[in-house]
Parts: sequence; structure tokens; C-alpha cells
Amino acid sequence: MRVGGLRRDWGRRLVLAVPYLWLLVFFLAPLLIVGKISFSESRIGIPPYEPLVDWAENGIAMVRATLQNYVLLFEDDLYVDAYIQSLTIAGISTLLCLLIGYPMALGIARAPEKSRGPLLLLVIVPFWTSFLIRVYAWMTILRDEGVLNHALMGLGLIDEPLVILNTDWAVYIGIVYSYLPFMVLPLYATLEKLDTTLLEAAADLGARPIRAFVSVTLPLSVPGIVAGSLLVFVPAVGEYVIPNLLGGGDTQMLGKALWDVFAQTRDWPSAAALAVAMLVALVIPIALFQRIQTRMEEGRER
Amino acid sequence: MSLAVRPEGEIRPPAIQIRGVEKRFGDATAVAGIDLEIREGEFFSLLGPSGCGKTTLLRMMAGFETPTSGSVLIAGADMTAVPPYERPVNMMFQSYALFPHMNVADNVAFGLKQDGVAKAEIPKRVAEALDLVQMGEFAKRKPHQMSGGQRQRVALARCLVKRPKVVLLDEPLSALDKKLREKTQFELVNIQEKVGITFVMVTHDQEEAMTMSTRIAVMNAGRILQVGRPHEIYEYPTTRMVADFIGTANFFSGMVEDSQNGQVTFRADGIDAPLVVSGDLAIGAHAAIMVRPEKIIMGREAPAGAANSVSGVVIEIAYLGDVSIYHVRLESGLVVLVTTANLRHSAEPAVTWDDRVHLSWHPGNAVLLP
Repeated sequence: MRVGGLRRDWGRRLVLAVPYLWLLVFFLAPLLIVGKISFSESRIGIPPYEPLVDWAENGIAMVRATLQNYVLLFEDDLYVDAYIQSLTIAGISTLLCLLIGYPMALGIARAPEKSRGPLLLLVIVPFWTSFLIRVYAWMTILRDEGVLNHALMGLGLIDEPLVILNTDWAVYIGIVYSYLPFMVLPLYATLEKLDTTLLEAAADLGARPIRAFVSVTLPLSVPGIVAGSLLVFVPAVGEYVIPNLLGGGDTQMLGKALWDVFAQTRDWPSAAALAVAMLVALVIPIALFQRIQTRMEEGRER
Repeated sequence: MSLAVRPEGEIRPPAIQIRGVEKRFGDATAVAGIDLEIREGEFFSLLGPSGCGKTTLLRMMAGFETPTSGSVLIAGADMTAVPPYERPVNMMFQSYALFPHMNVADNVAFGLKQDGVAKAEIPKRVAEALDLVQMGEFAKRKPHQMSGGQRQRVALARCLVKRPKVVLLDEPLSALDKKLREKTQFELVNIQEKVGITFVMVTHDQEEAMTMSTRIAVMNAGRILQVGRPHEIYEYPTTRMVADFIGTANFFSGMVEDSQNGQVTFRADGIDAPLVVSGDLAIGAHAAIMVRPEKIIMGREAPAGAANSVSGVVIEIAYLGDVSIYHVRLESGLVVLVTTANLRHSAEPAVTWDDRVHLSWHPGNAVLLP
């Protein structure tokens, strides 16, 4: 018994160790390295930052940490702008995804059971093409002589091509398009589980369909709304490819700023500080989300 | 047997009228041409096996299904095309369908808010409804913090608070365990009598229907087989199916030998002695006689009269405590069930396995079924 119990214990630990090890190697360690660099001073060389700890000859460690990189984030308008613009673009895109995704998810969840699978597949199908290729496709569509402008002019709706590419519009289109499935899937999962007899009960008690939606469907789908919004908002804040390819010169988002500082300026400590600041800014919504989710789940248990 | 006692003969206006209602789902016919009238203040049950169309019929009263043809009238007004949210009926769902994100008071208040009841009046009426079902102390609880029985009460309060013309109950007790179910049967009937609202209940449990209802409609395959008070359904079934579905029944099939003055002499297959029963059928008609197991008198000696007497051998005895069920095989091979009440503590029953016994019954205790 005892031997068996021990063995089982080891097996359990081994299985549990895998995800921990994974997180340690690929998440915690890099994070600590980035954190360390963010407190270092910049220099020209390889690596392009001063060591944080100097070992003097007599064995005394000299710690040379600086907050200068963080101070710079707040002093330089470029970073503050990028920060605000990232949050704005991500926020509006999340809202647009929600407005488009909610009816989609509701429609799929209420569709006959047989057609739900194919409809969900249609939502996921774009993932089978590389993200980058899909963004390039949008460039061809949105260009001045692109598919969209040709079609609109062909229909006689406009006389001159609309300038969409290299503006914030294109960034919104790109982000909403790319991240919509991340909104639809968690929303669908929540709405599909929703007991439709609750809606019948609401109707039976005198609620018209819209009232029933507002007072039953909507509040009960909050976990899906929150999950979907975070899945869109968090990566959208740090989005690099879309603003870079579809956005214009004045579209300055954190991801792009980070890359510029890291690769162009080769100021690793500033880039690291920017990354840490972005992470902190995103940890707050996630923590909020988890609080809301646990509260909702408590209310949901039967 | 029946808890619901009402003065007979008092004719009250109809609460629900079903007129030639038919409901088809694609090729399948769920309800096949039903006419039914339920009167105000009744506790009416739709009883039948699963898939007999009783739930579909109830849902058509609530407005969740639209009849393929025919009409549904509630309190005299045609409601066939009226959506659920405009009907003066409320339904208690099998799963209770309480809103999980609202506490008990908000659940009960929901319907009042939809009706635009004055804000100041809502708390008073919610408290009244909750007191009626003895859930006043639980107003702040969420549905998941309550037991099944408590949720059932809240669901009932949520229906009653709107003072509907009719309360529809879809298998209201099926989610409760046996003991609680029996207790709740009494409570439901008491509450119904107190508020005086018409209740229409769907159930597959014949005991539940018998105990609670003033009248029962027995349904099968989308049709109503018989409508009547519980004792009528049990003592005077009009078809073999009803007799078979409600309680236990012994059937003797055979032919009508003579029919005079409302008295029928019946020749049952494999039985020598003639059977006498009240009824009126043409001579030569094939029919059956139904006798309930508890109506049969069993003894070792042959009874005095020759009619309604058969003999056989005891092949099985089931002791249930309050009663024992004897399986008696007649010479024809037919097995007849007889129940006897165990009135005494005596260890030795008078009749035991392999005993030869005589079975008889009073002509008035048998029913002739076409």
C-alpha cells in the first residue's frame, strides 16, 4: 500500500511538474531577465546594457540599479502617447468586436444543433491561413487602388478612392477582423450553456423578448463578455504587426514603440522598462477579470 | 383518496377551453384533435405516459407552442395567437427555471416589474407571496443556496404573485425525493384552495394525479382517453387503456351472452361459470370485464352464488406490509391478481402457496369494457 501510494505520489508530482517547469523556463525566467535589464544602464556594446551587479576584487558586490528607464517612460511624450493610443485602439477594437461578436455568438448558439458545428468552423477557418498573410490581404483590399475602392467606385458610390490604408481606420479593421474569433468563441461557450427555459420563464412572467434579453441573457453572459474582451484587449494592446503594416506614421502603439527602441535605437534597458510597464498595465485588467469571474461562478452554481 | 374536495354540482365558468387543437412537429403528431374544458378553481391534471402530448398541450396553454389547428381560450378570450408574455397564465417549470443571478425576492418581483406594478407595492406583494409558500426568511438567498424543495416553493410564489387566471405546472414534483414529494402534494393542494386559482398540472405519476386533482384527463398518443374525477377514472374506466394505466387491473376477455335491463351476462374465455356485470352491449359483442385486485374476495370454499366466481391455484405471494398481492392461476392459464389487506399481526396467512382458492366479486365492482 505504502509503496503504491508513494509511487502514485511521484507520478502525480511528475505530471504537475511539467506545467510548472514550462512556466519557469519560458515565462518566469525571461520575465526576470527583462526585469533585470529594465533596471540596468544602457551602453554601447554586446550586450547593450551594463551588468546590474559588479563583483569588486575584494568580493564585495556592487549593485548598480537605476530607475532612469522608467522615469524616461513618463517624461518622453512618445511613450506616453503610444501608451494612450494603444489603450484607446485596443479599447475601441474590443468594443467593436463585442458589438459584432455578440450577435454572431448568440446566432450560432440559437441555431439548430446540427448547423452550430459548421457555423463555428466558419469562425475558426481563417486561422488556417497565417495571420501575416491575412494582414497582407487586407493591404490589397484597402489600398487606394484596392479591391474595396474599385468595388465602391464601380458601384458609383464614391468618385475618389477612400484613403483607408495607413490610417487608424485600417488598424481598427485589421484588429477587429483578426481578433473577432477570440470574442465569439468564449461568448458562444457561455451563451450555448444558457438554459433556454430561463427565457421561457421570463416570457411567461411578462417580459417581451428585448426585456428578457436585457434582464436574463445579458447578465448571465457576463463571464463570456469579460473573457472575450480580455482575449481581444490584452493582445491588441501589444499588437505590433497590424499597426505596422496597416497603420500610418502617426499610429504609434506600444508594440511598435517597443520594437523601435529595441531594434532601431538598441536601447535594451528602455525597451525592457517599456515591456514591464505594459505587463503591469495588463495585469490589472486580468486581476479584475478573475475577481468578476469568481463572483459570477459563485452565483451560477446550482 | 383525493385531497381536493369541492362541492359538486356547482358549475363555474371555464378557465381554459381547448377547441379541436392539433399540433404537429413536422411529420409527428404530438396532439391530435383535443377538446377540453377546464373550469375556474379546478385542480386539473393531464396524466399520461411520456410522449403522450400532455406537455405540448400545456405549452400551448402557456403560449410556447402554437397549435397547428384549433384554438385555445383563456377566461373566454381567444389566446391562440397571443404570445406568452401577454397571457394571463403563469407556468411553473419542471426545472423551476429560477433566474440564477437574482435572489429569491428579485425572482418573485420579476413578473410584477414587467407588469408595471407600482414600485411601492412590489415589496408588499413579494412578501405576501413568499409567506404563502413559507419562504419569507429566504428572500435574500440565491437559488443555488437552496434545496430543491425550497426552489420549488419559490417557483410557485413567482407564479402566484402575478395573480394569474391559471397556473400551469409541468411535472412540479418530479425533481423532489419521495418523502418530500408526498408532503408537497398536500401543500400544493392547500395553497391552491387558499388562493382559488385554477391549476393545470402535467404529470406521469398516476398517484400524484389521483391525490391532488379535482379532475384528471388521461392522455395517450396525443389524444384524451377519458376525463373525470379521480374515483371515476379508477372505478369506472371507459377503456382498457385507462383501466390499465391507472392502478392495477384484471381483465377477462370474452363475449356478451345475454343483455337485459342493463345487466350483462358474460362468457369469459376459458371460464365455465358465467360472469354478471352491469352494462349494455349487444349480444355476441366481444368485450372485457375489468376487476380491480382489491375488489376480489378470496377463500378456500366456493361462495354461495354461482356467478362471478372462478377458481385457481396460488402461484405467487408478494408481501408488501400493508397489503399482500396474490397471483392466482386459473385453469385457463390466466393469472389474476388479488390484494388483501393485512389487518392482523397473525404470522400465518390463511392462504399460502399452491393452495386451491375461489375468487369472487360483487357484480357492481366489475366494469364492462368494450
